[in-house]
Amino acid sequence: MTYTVLAVLGVAGAALVDQAVWRTNLLRRKAFWTTYALMLVFQLVVNGVLTGLPVVRYDRQAITGVRIANAPVEDLLFGFAMIVLTLSTWVWLGRRGAPGASTRRR
Amino acid sequence: MSHLSYLAVLAACLVGTAPLEIVLRTRVYARWRRLLLTLAPTVVVFAAWDVYAIHRHQWTYERHFTTGVLLPGRLPLEELLFFLVVPTCAVLTLEAVRRRRPQWTVGDEQ
Repeated sequence: MTYTVLAVLGVAGAALVDQAVWRTNLLRRKAFWTTYALMLVFQLVVNGVLTGLPVVRYDRQAITGVRIANAPVEDLLFGFAMIVLTLSTWVWLGRRGAPGASTRRR
Repeated sequence: MSHLSYLAVLAACLVGTAPLEIVLRTRVYARWRRLLLTLAPTVVVFAAWDVYAIHRHQWTYERHFTTGVLLPGRLPLEELLFFLVVPTCAVLTLEAVRRRRPQWTVGDEQ
C-alpha cells in the first residue's frame, strides 16, 4: 500500500478508536481541536526541518506529491492519526482511573 | 555534529514544551504511569507503520543527519524517540489547553 493509502487508513483507524473503541469522542470536543491546531503549527515547523535538511526522503511513487511546508501532505494525516490515537488513549485511561490519573485541581 | 540533527529537533520539542508542565502545571510527567500506558499503543502502531514503510522503501533516512543507530526492522533510534516525544508533547498541549479552559471538558473529569 502506498503512503497515501496508509495515511487515509490511519486517520480512519484513529477516528474509529476515538468513536467506537475507547469511545472518548474527542473529535467533537473543543479542547481536542484547539490542541490539534497548536500541534499542527509546530508539526509544520518540525516537519519542515526534517524534510528540508532532509533527514527523511520519500519515494515519489508512494506519495501524491502534494507538499505543505516541504512535507508531503500524507505527513499531516500521519500526525493527525498519531495525535488522535494518543489523546484518545490518554483520556480513556483517565476515565478508567488509571494509576496517577487523578485530574483534581489544586 | 550534523548526525545529531534529528536528535536535536526532538530535544527542542521536549525543551519547548517543558514550561507547560512547570508553569501551567499540566501534571503530565507527574502522572508518568498514565503517560507511559498512553504511549504504548501509539509506539507499537506507528513504529510498525514506520518499519513497513522502510521495508517498502517509501521513505529513507539520511545517514548524515542521524546517529546511524538502527533498531530491529532497520528503524532509526530517532524514530522510536519521535513516537515517544511527539505524543508526549500532544498530551502536554491538551492538558495545557484544559488548564486554561477548564470548561472544555474531555470526559475524564472526576
